[in-house]
Amino acid sequence: MADYRAPIADISHALTTVAGLDMIASTDRFGHADTETVLGVIEEVGRFMTEVIAPTNRDGDNIRAQWHDDASVTVPESFGSAYRQYVESGFGAMPFDPEYGGAGFPWVTALAVQEMLNSANMAMALCPLLTQGAIDALEAHGSLEQQQTYLPKMLTGEWAGTMNLSEPQAGSDVGAVRTKAEPAGDGSWRITGTKIWITFGEHDMTENIVHLVLARTPGAPPGTKGISMFLVPKFLVNEDGSLGERNDVICVSIEHKLGIHGSPTCVMAYGEQGGAIGWLVGEENEGMKNMFTMMNNARLSVGLQGLAIAERAYQDAVAYALERRQGRAIGAPAGEQSPIVEHPDVRRLLMFQRAWIDAMRALTYTNAAFLDMAKAATDPDDAKRWREKADLYIPLSKSLCTDVAQETTSAAVQIFGGMGYVEETGVAQHYRDARILPIYEGTNGIQAADLVGRKLSMRSGGVIADELDRFQSVADGLAKRDGMANFAANLSSAITTCRQATDHLVTVAASDPASLLGASSPYLRLLGTTVCAGLLGGAALKVDADTPFGASKVAAARFFGEQILPAAEGLSGAVHATSEDLFAIAADAF
Amino acid sequence: MKVIVCVKQIPDPALPGELDSATNTLKRDGKLILDESDSYGVEMALQLVDAAGGGEVALVSMAPNGEVSGLRTALAMGAAQGVLVSDPGLAGSDALTTAKVLAAAVQRLGGADLVLAGTESSDGYTGTVPEQMAEVLGLPSVTFAKSVAVEGGSLKVNRQTEAGYDEVTCPLPAVVSVTAGVVEPRYPSFKGIMAAKSKPVDTVTAADLGVTATGWDAAGQQITSVTQAPTREAGEVIEDDGEAHVKIVEFLEGLKVI
Repeated sequence: MADYRAPIADISHALTTVAGLDMIASTDRFGHADTETVLGVIEEVGRFMTEVIAPTNRDGDNIRAQWHDDASVTVPESFGSAYRQYVESGFGAMPFDPEYGGAGFPWVTALAVQEMLNSANMAMALCPLLTQGAIDALEAHGSLEQQQTYLPKMLTGEWAGTMNLSEPQAGSDVGAVRTKAEPAGDGSWRITGTKIWITFGEHDMTENIVHLVLARTPGAPPGTKGISMFLVPKFLVNEDGSLGERNDVICVSIEHKLGIHGSPTCVMAYGEQGGAIGWLVGEENEGMKNMFTMMNNARLSVGLQGLAIAERAYQDAVAYALERRQGRAIGAPAGEQSPIVEHPDVRRLLMFQRAWIDAMRALTYTNAAFLDMAKAATDPDDAKRWREKADLYIPLSKSLCTDVAQETTSAAVQIFGGMGYVEETGVAQHYRDARILPIYEGTNGIQAADLVGRKLSMRSGGVIADELDRFQSVADGLAKRDGMANFAANLSSAITTCRQATDHLVTVAASDPASLLGASSPYLRLLGTTVCAGLLGGAALKVDADTPFGASKVAAARFFGEQILPAAEGLSGAVHATSEDLFAIAADAF
Repeated sequence: MKVIVCVKQIPDPALPGELDSATNTLKRDGKLILDESDSYGVEMALQLVDAAGGGEVALVSMAPNGEVSGLRTALAMGAAQGVLVSDPGLAGSDALTTAKVLAAAVQRLGGADLVLAGTESSDGYTGTVPEQMAEVLGLPSVTFAKSVAVEGGSLKVNRQTEAGYDEVTCPLPAVVSVTAGVVEPRYPSFKGIMAAKSKPVDTVTAADLGVTATGWDAAGQQITSVTQAPTREAGEVIEDDGEAHVKIVEFLEGLKVI
């Protein structure tokens, strides 16, 4: 297995040329994060992730997180020291409020850090990912006291955070939550219930864990309107900030999974000794709204994980393709085995991964840049416009990148041939680890429903139409470039197909919700792939194609436009189909 | 306590390097990074200043094109300031000229209680600059240090040897070369990187230091030829027929390692 090397040039390109870091740094809010500063930081982060975090990835798979009889959970020893160094580095705090120890950097720069952390060790990276979600929720909805008590140590990573939504009967259907919260009369609450799928719910990497728990208060209305959010620390925090008594929350078991073995997925029992002590975050019955604050960024982060794992698997595949010799390539001297990288079908597998990796990076970084611009905009209309774009991109980032990661990690395994199916080479780990991504943080089916439900209806499809207009001008620009005519034509055609698909779905949205939902996943893939092509095309117009790096970006973009984009257009049929096909066979006949 | 560390900025060894066919030297016109073998000296200096309860770590470096990327890394680790000598006339300088330049840079910083350097750079490997600097500065030279401590105003160095190590005591100030791998260099933190942005780097030419830049013409050393490294040959596979251990012993004896 090759060692991970942070792709600094690619990340710098995504930050500057694709996501527009200069534009973000030209705002008052982010003026301190100029390009030179950011790239200087990113380079050191890359070295740190490459040298300190990446070597721990195999331990996660081999040693695994382990549950013990005393309800404690341990992660591999190498995780502990690597995580401690991560905390000391301060890289995790970059995007957060300077008031609590952050640096107020743009989210897109935090995304670059996250990408490298996730490529280095995706299982371990889930701990900071969940902590960041909890920080977002507390920054937005927590009381001043809660913020002052918990945020400083969560920002550094000394304390971790978790999200507690799911219960056995409440998975994607969060409204079915049964965990109870009773007022204790002193401003605190007593929480009882069982939560499942709690990532890093218990572990030995941090001295405290801050659980954000969804629960129902007495008399709360049924469904999602009656859910409140509570803060439940593993150890109660004393007045002076030191850790006090152990709270009434334990991990009763961890799951045995297909991948991400280094990340403990916990069943958490609250209140077995009379009630876990918790505090309300925000208002009663507004738990869902609060939870979405943390989920929006978390969804983008999970999309980013798709990119990150694809990058890691791709690096392994490239190293193997350069080293492994089999067969004689066309034109190679007789009697000599050629490195398999010289065979056209292996090149196809490599280009497929490379073009998608560029596309995923373009999509997720652009998404983050929209979030930053929405935050930085001083004019409310501008802010709304950026916010709409960010909201549109979030289900695209989450679904497309995590679906595509299945395909690219599979292509990486394929390059290894039989050795890819053998665990020792390490590439199989990425393929297994990637499989969770389309499932958690809202399944990709839920993302597609979000796209055709909440996002399609924004200005009746107008937000989508605006983006497509933008990409039409990219297609017009490409048409004037040598060697880009096919890409330009394919992009124009895909845009037209997207417009027709969007108009169709806007029309059926009210009258035929079953067909709308039946078409949602193919539509997401069609729209997402077209957006990726537009972003890659836009970047290809900006790079200096006379440099080797610029030429490689143009080549990957052209491959995407000529060999990947046309296949997505073929989904048009599925988008325009009615749900009749899906229900033509009775449920009991399956 | 004031410690000055010599740091070389070199092309990233992880990327394929390229030789200049005219001079047989490594092309150094791209981006440069901190030589790993110097990061041990930086770490050791930071620890010594810490142990002394105060003071400063400063850096001296010689590099083309005003390159400071590697210096910034060392500043982000915690060094306070640096002198960079960047002068086209110094291209092709031999080890002795380099030593004179770095010695002058040390003097420009007002000297130090201790000067640390790596035993050799990872891209040139002449391994003579620290000792030549000591001579130029008129200071004692201790080489191959695996640990350095200051006790009662004098230097205690454990000096790596083939058989073990020598315990060396030496008056201060002195020039000490540090063996790679003896301490674990810290990674720059986010705060360190941000602070490094505003730390002073004094960029000077050879003339500013009063050193004559002789470059290629007067270099006392030249690279006469370059040979391709031999490609790695396939290893020998020994089937264990019960006597494999004998063959392994023979193999190791052949290498003269036992």
